Amino acid sequence: MFLRLVYESFRRQKRRKLLAAIAVTLGAGVATAMIAVATDIGDKISRELRTYGANLVITPEEDTLEVEIGGLNLKPPSDGGYLNESDLPRIKGMFWRNNIVGFSPMLPVNVTVNGTSIPLLGTYFSKPLSFGKDKFAAGVRSTHPWWKVTGEWPGDDSQEVLVGEGLAAQLKLQTGDSLEVNHEKHRISGILTSGGIEDDQIVAPLSIAQQILGKPGAVRRVYVSAVTKPEDELARRDPASMSPEMRDRWYCSPYPQSIAFQLQEAIPHSHAKQIRQVAQNEGKVLSRIKGLMLLITISVLLASALAVSAAMATAMFERRTEVGLMKALGAGDVRVAALFFTEAMLLALIGGAIGFAWGALLARFIGRSIFDSEISIQPVLLPVILTIAGVVTFAGSAAAIRRAVKFDPVYALRGEA
Amino acid sequence: MKSRILRRSRGSMFLRMLVRAAVLRRGRAIAALLALIVAAATATAMLTLYVDVQAQLRKEFRNYGANVVIATKDGQSLPVEILGKVQTMLHGEGLAVPFSYVVARTRDGQPVVVAGTDFNAVQKLDSWWSVSAWPRAPHDALVGIRVAQLLGPQGKPFDLSFQGKTIAVTPTGTLQTGAAEDSRIYLSSPDFESWTGVGPSTIEIAFSGSREKIEQRIHELQRALPFAQVRPVRQIMEAEAVILGKMRATLLVTAILIIATAGLCVLATLTGWVFDRRRDFAVMKAIGASRRMIHGFLAAEAATLGAVAAVIGFLVGIVIASAIGRINFHAPVPPQFGVLPVVILGSVVVALMAAVWPMWLLGRVQPANILRGE
Repeated sequence: MFLRLVYESFRRQKRRKLLAAIAVTLGAGVATAMIAVATDIGDKISRELRTYGANLVITPEEDTLEVEIGGLNLKPPSDGGYLNESDLPRIKGMFWRNNIVGFSPMLPVNVTVNGTSIPLLGTYFSKPLSFGKDKFAAGVRSTHPWWKVTGEWPGDDSQEVLVGEGLAAQLKLQTGDSLEVNHEKHRISGILTSGGIEDDQIVAPLSIAQQILGKPGAVRRVYVSAVTKPEDELARRDPASMSPEMRDRWYCSPYPQSIAFQLQEAIPHSHAKQIRQVAQNEGKVLSRIKGLMLLITISVLLASALAVSAAMATAMFERRTEVGLMKALGAGDVRVAALFFTEAMLLALIGGAIGFAWGALLARFIGRSIFDSEISIQPVLLPVILTIAGVVTFAGSAAAIRRAVKFDPVYALRGEA
Repeated sequence: MKSRILRRSRGSMFLRMLVRAAVLRRGRAIAALLALIVAAATATAMLTLYVDVQAQLRKEFRNYGANVVIATKDGQSLPVEILGKVQTMLHGEGLAVPFSYVVARTRDGQPVVVAGTDFNAVQKLDSWWSVSAWPRAPHDALVGIRVAQLLGPQGKPFDLSFQGKTIAVTPTGTLQTGAAEDSRIYLSSPDFESWTGVGPSTIEIAFSGSREKIEQRIHELQRALPFAQVRPVRQIMEAEAVILGKMRATLLVTAILIIATAGLCVLATLTGWVFDRRRDFAVMKAIGASRRMIHGFLAAEAATLGAVAAVIGFLVGIVIASAIGRINFHAPVPPQFGVLPVVILGSVVVALMAAVWPMWLLGRVQPANILRGE
């Protein structure tokens, strides 16, 4: 009898049930999408923040001072230490390898073009490398995304070079011209715009710079772009002073400091540190954005809970005549309340489940269209959403059900509510 | 005369019905109003944040330092009066900091880059510099961490020479940035100029404002300073544009979602409320009210409800938005009054839409049936 009552109620009152179900579905959908976006946005924005370029730099352990003004290197080329190019793929063997978005080795040298001294920067553009079974590409195209080339990027094993736009204008060079660098001809594959000192330089594959310097395999410094976690108290502490457990926690968190530490371990005779301009501000921007999304998600959850409860309350309030009839036929308060709560819970379950699916689609759409990557939905979220939907529906209908049950059936049946 | 009295009494009757309807069924009217207020408040808060988030985040992004650099084409010094000229052209919308560089030698002949700058300004421009103590007195120097390691124990005064001229400086603090600054020694501009006679060769500017505005300012500066090169720091500008764009898009989608959800829930609530009063309308119809009058009454009621809820919701919304601003950005989010008409319009439209469906249903039903309770 009880089940039949519930079934008939859903069958006969399609309009009311549909409105209430739509309200619950929409609320649950928005809640799902917002929770998914808010939990994932830190990761998404930190990948986007990589457009600021490298946040870590590796230099040789024994190094002399840089003597560089406006990109012109005044240090004698023989001076200072070098890193070994063949050690670089080991970066992809460290603990946080999946957080490394890219790295590029740099080797600045001075060359003679038309009798004047001009800086030439040797680097990777997008060089395929492998470590164990891992295959990946390293170079400025991932670490310096703001570099724009008119023409084409040179191949990493070619003899082609890029010329900065300032230098190109000064020497009246164009894409396709050939440039004599230290009495050797190189084809210019493109003109580089970087908005930095490279605009007045020649940028060439690393091997050309090594050849000019006469040191095969030498690298002056390596820029690393890594996804990091905003630094906190723990991050700033000296790992040498930590207890073993704390040190493990520090080592296994992707702080700029701990990734720098691991880079230093991976590359022999190196010194790694964060580039504070990028690394420090990244943390600040990231925590602001995460905080904003958290607060917005809370307000959105509250608002949709209120809206859904209001809709549920109205749907329940409309049915006081029905309650009156049931009570007139001899149903007790508890049975009537149980019937309505069962209906509400059914609505919450159905609405919550459909809403979850809809919210998951929505989150995917947001991830794809805004961040060009998937926003993953944790299955754990389903019971959470169903619980929230249940609680909200319950809270929304409770007051209305109580009033309906308390109401004298005589008045209700006479329609004098 | 008679018709005027009639019209007046009709008008006052209409008003009375509106007011009494709200007062007598207080509970239901308040529930409907509350639902509308929640929707209007959320809409206001989301739209206010959407409008303001760019300004808030731009402040954070200015911590990344200069986004425009002025330099000479050949690395020479800029004319002396140029800094003042640039500063007047900024109209207080940015910070301009001069830098001058020479390669000097330490006592044992080690070449080192020495820079002159305005410490107070640099402290604001480059907030990421990790400095143990900022120089205050004349002849104080800020020493890059790698130079400090090379020069040995900290605090001991040392000599620097440039083109035969020597200056004795006291290192007061060390500087750590992870970039080229680590290998430099920084002096204050007056010390630097009286020692080397070299003026600033670079001016770094942190502009606040939209990308278009910055590009326009770059254009103005370039026209005013034809001998210099004014260029945007693309690394900073492009990344900022990317992140701001993504954040705004996320907020916009969120705003649309929550407004749609709240709006639909309000629709469900209001429809129920209007539908619930079908007996009232049946009575009105039975005692001779025209269909137009009933529709007009319903529409006026819905519109009033929508407008009142929108105004209250707007006030609640700006409080929520400014609370979020204070908690997260430690800065107030100013109320955006441009949002108010949008919220009022949306609220009235939703309320009217909620009245349309029951009206249509009521129009088809005979009053007798409703009054009989069918």
